Amino acid sequence: MAVTKMFGASVKRREDARMMTGRAHYTDDVRRNHTLHMGVVRSPHAHARITSVDTSAAASMPGVVAVFSGADLVDDIAPVPCAWLIPDSDLKVPEYRAIAVDKARFVGDAVAVVIAEDRYQAEDAADAVNVSYEPLDVVTNQEEAVKDGAPQLYDDVPNNLAFQWKLNGGDFDAAQNSAEVKISQRFVNQRLIPNAMEARGVLADFNPGSGSLEVWLTSQNPHIHRLLLSAVTGIPETDIRVDSTDVGGGFGSKIPLYGGEMVACAIAKKLGRPIKWMESRRENYVTTSHGRDHIDYVDLAATNDGVVTGLRVEAYANHGAYLSTAAPGVPTWLFGTMLSGPYKIPNISCTVNGVLTNTTTTDAYRGAGRPEATYLIERMMDLLAQELGMDPVEIRRKNFIQPDEFPYTVATTLQYDSGNYDGALDKALQMVGYEDLRKKQEQLRSEGRYLGIGFSTYVEVCGLAPSAAAGAMGFQGGLWESATVRVHPSGKATVFTGASPHGQGEETTFAQLISHETGIPFHDIEVVHSDTDRIPFGWGTYGSRSTAVGGSALVYAARNVVEKAKRFAAHMLESSPEDIEFNDGVFSVKGSPERSKTIQDVALAAHLAWDLPEGEKPGLEENYFFDPTNFTFPFGTHICVVEIDAETGAVDVQKYVAVDDLGNVINPMIVDGQVHGGIAQGLAQALYEYAAYDDGGQLLTGSMMDYCVPKFEHIPHMDVDRTVTTTPVNPMGLKGAGETGTIASTPAVVNAIIDALSPLGVKHIDMPLTSQRVWKVIEERKGS
Amino acid sequence: MKHEITVTVNGTKHTSEVDSRMLLVHYIRDVLNLTGTHVGCDTSQCGACTILLNGQAVKCCTMLAAQADGAEITTIEGLAQNGDLHPIQEGFWEEHGLQCGFCTPGMIMASYDLLKRIPNPDEQQIRHNLEGNLCRCTGYQNIVKSVQFASKKMSGAAGDD
Repeated sequence: MAVTKMFGASVKRREDARMMTGRAHYTDDVRRNHTLHMGVVRSPHAHARITSVDTSAAASMPGVVAVFSGADLVDDIAPVPCAWLIPDSDLKVPEYRAIAVDKARFVGDAVAVVIAEDRYQAEDAADAVNVSYEPLDVVTNQEEAVKDGAPQLYDDVPNNLAFQWKLNGGDFDAAQNSAEVKISQRFVNQRLIPNAMEARGVLADFNPGSGSLEVWLTSQNPHIHRLLLSAVTGIPETDIRVDSTDVGGGFGSKIPLYGGEMVACAIAKKLGRPIKWMESRRENYVTTSHGRDHIDYVDLAATNDGVVTGLRVEAYANHGAYLSTAAPGVPTWLFGTMLSGPYKIPNISCTVNGVLTNTTTTDAYRGAGRPEATYLIERMMDLLAQELGMDPVEIRRKNFIQPDEFPYTVATTLQYDSGNYDGALDKALQMVGYEDLRKKQEQLRSEGRYLGIGFSTYVEVCGLAPSAAAGAMGFQGGLWESATVRVHPSGKATVFTGASPHGQGEETTFAQLISHETGIPFHDIEVVHSDTDRIPFGWGTYGSRSTAVGGSALVYAARNVVEKAKRFAAHMLESSPEDIEFNDGVFSVKGSPERSKTIQDVALAAHLAWDLPEGEKPGLEENYFFDPTNFTFPFGTHICVVEIDAETGAVDVQKYVAVDDLGNVINPMIVDGQVHGGIAQGLAQALYEYAAYDDGGQLLTGSMMDYCVPKFEHIPHMDVDRTVTTTPVNPMGLKGAGETGTIASTPAVVNAIIDALSPLGVKHIDMPLTSQRVWKVIEERKGS
Repeated sequence: MKHEITVTVNGTKHTSEVDSRMLLVHYIRDVLNLTGTHVGCDTSQCGACTILLNGQAVKCCTMLAAQADGAEITTIEGLAQNGDLHPIQEGFWEEHGLQCGFCTPGMIMASYDLLKRIPNPDEQQIRHNLEGNLCRCTGYQNIVKSVQFASKKMSGAAGDD
């Protein structure tokens, strides 16, 4: 695709104007008259039988309109749905009630709700609901939960094993038997808490007169939520409007449908008044899905000269107390299929045990499965390099899939679209000054100082997804995307997308795309998203899919608009469509550029319809449904340079270089921002963040005081740049940018720290590599 | 218990009766309907609710409305004057200092306070002085640039006087 002024320009974001003046409308900012507020009574026990729920005291408190226990609403709402039913895995989906009925299974499980005139009264009354519990034994760790004799969360899920999923390519056992080098390592990929700055919430307004339900929702996928809300409440989807136009970050945590939202909708219908519920941050920590939480046993087989011949992974994924909406797909398809990384590994074997425990549910969190896979393979490559005494750069080059080998099918079934892994690596090495750094490292080591250089030469899968692939994976939906391009009589355009941006800036990039395609000025193009009453059906924003899939739908819709306009222009110019050229919004007769019509002229004529070309219909509007033929596979090299203070274990990130290959880029400024934010989240996993439970299932890191959401001084300056390898999968040749930073950065940081400590014989430290953990390892090593 | 308070918010005087326990942030959001000031946490960590109270940046989820009696308050809605963005807002726009935008009002108000105290901060000073405001989207790098942009623009404007 030719890059024009609009495609490839760092245009300032149009959504910023409302956001930086306080005029955005996040869910809690929406006001409806006579709104009631919901407070939720939550279990303080991680595992307990609910023996009674006494609502009488609460019901008589000031302002209280109603109190509901789980039993009170059983007939009004179906269980919380799980929508990723992975096949061939003996999957068991336990019943997940929006409000627990007989048993609470994690700290924070809803037990009752209180509806009151204001939020203060609702919270007061929630405290007055008297629940009797009979505490049960608790299990929070997935390896413990599958052992015989462990506390059982469900009668019908033996050993708490919700599924066992396997993926095999080649013959790992044969590779292992003939391996010259074998490396084994256990990794803990710790549980993380997404912490979108806006917590979750809902405002549900049911009109008893019309039977319609309007829902303002913190959602990444309003149409999926509308469909699921319809299914669980019985209100026809045609009577439900979900609006998620302004959403304060998601990072995967606003994909699932949660109980609180379902309950608010059901009660709004029951009471005929709007119900608002905004979770507090404390509630957010215990009830909004967490991410990661894997324990992985990894074996790698290789030759003495560093060629990897096989990889085996046995993973234990902690799903928490219930299976959240997309949960089963995350540690399986989104993880196992990416274990080959950018390398040619002919034999891969993966087993994933999906385990239920007395903890908050886990689901997609930025990267979702792919960071876990990338962490494993990138750590294993370093362990192999360490074992063989090879440079981590050389071991990677030796195993890379080569540019002329694409499309390349890896042992884990995916077909990578395109890539030039050495190209990104070379550029990153140059930016970081690799040779000089190694010399500096040697010098510092002789002085007893610990400098480390860490690599991550990642590849990831995004642009989710061909719908047939989604179906084969058990995802209960398609993953195509829709678009409508409507050119008004004035020549201005409104475009409607099924993607649902919540920080990614597509109100801007999509207008750039349409301007590029149609020549209509950027400022004359309005982008509408996330309001199910206005947009066509679409699957939302996650999996770095919005531009790769949603943008593609828009491009094709726009091209069809231009084609129709060309036929109109030919008619108006008394020429034939074949003789019309189209440039930058102007149709002209080949060889007679003075005979021309603008797309605005055509739009007016098409709407007036006084003189239609034969066989044409009035108007200038096209819909398009785009179902990609493949995923896209962004890749790149991230290099992290750290120095460790041996006295304290503190890690100083001195340099961070990222070279990403995302294919073509529509708005470099926005893409850089996505990469920055992604790196910050991945780096924070490596260094700071973890969700800690005590043995009784209490979340010890249950607020921003206890859980380290990184601050300004935690995140280093990042040098980001790109190489460009286009993809044939979509008409823009772009791959996606939302998750690369998070996927790439974690192993780069950990590899740097292990590299720094390698003179001490350190091979691995589990994340997060806090100063305390690092210091402890240094002390142990010095002592030994 | 109820208290009568009088506060001036973005130049407009309001007299209201508030409950003792009403937080200032809820007064601003739910009584005055100025919803640009956000609530991001319960523990005064995130700074999404930062406003200017008598010229100083304050996390207004940590204050009672009753404590604000007599105060002069500026919220994000009051920063742009006569339709012209404040240079800090311009900086956030120019340098892509926001993504989801939820932390942005608080971030801008905290930056206002910073630039009043330290008109030409270096990167270290910006990072240190804004550490009471959390952003989950940007990785902070472009917020640093946004504040630097504003600093330059504001010192330029001061020079023109």
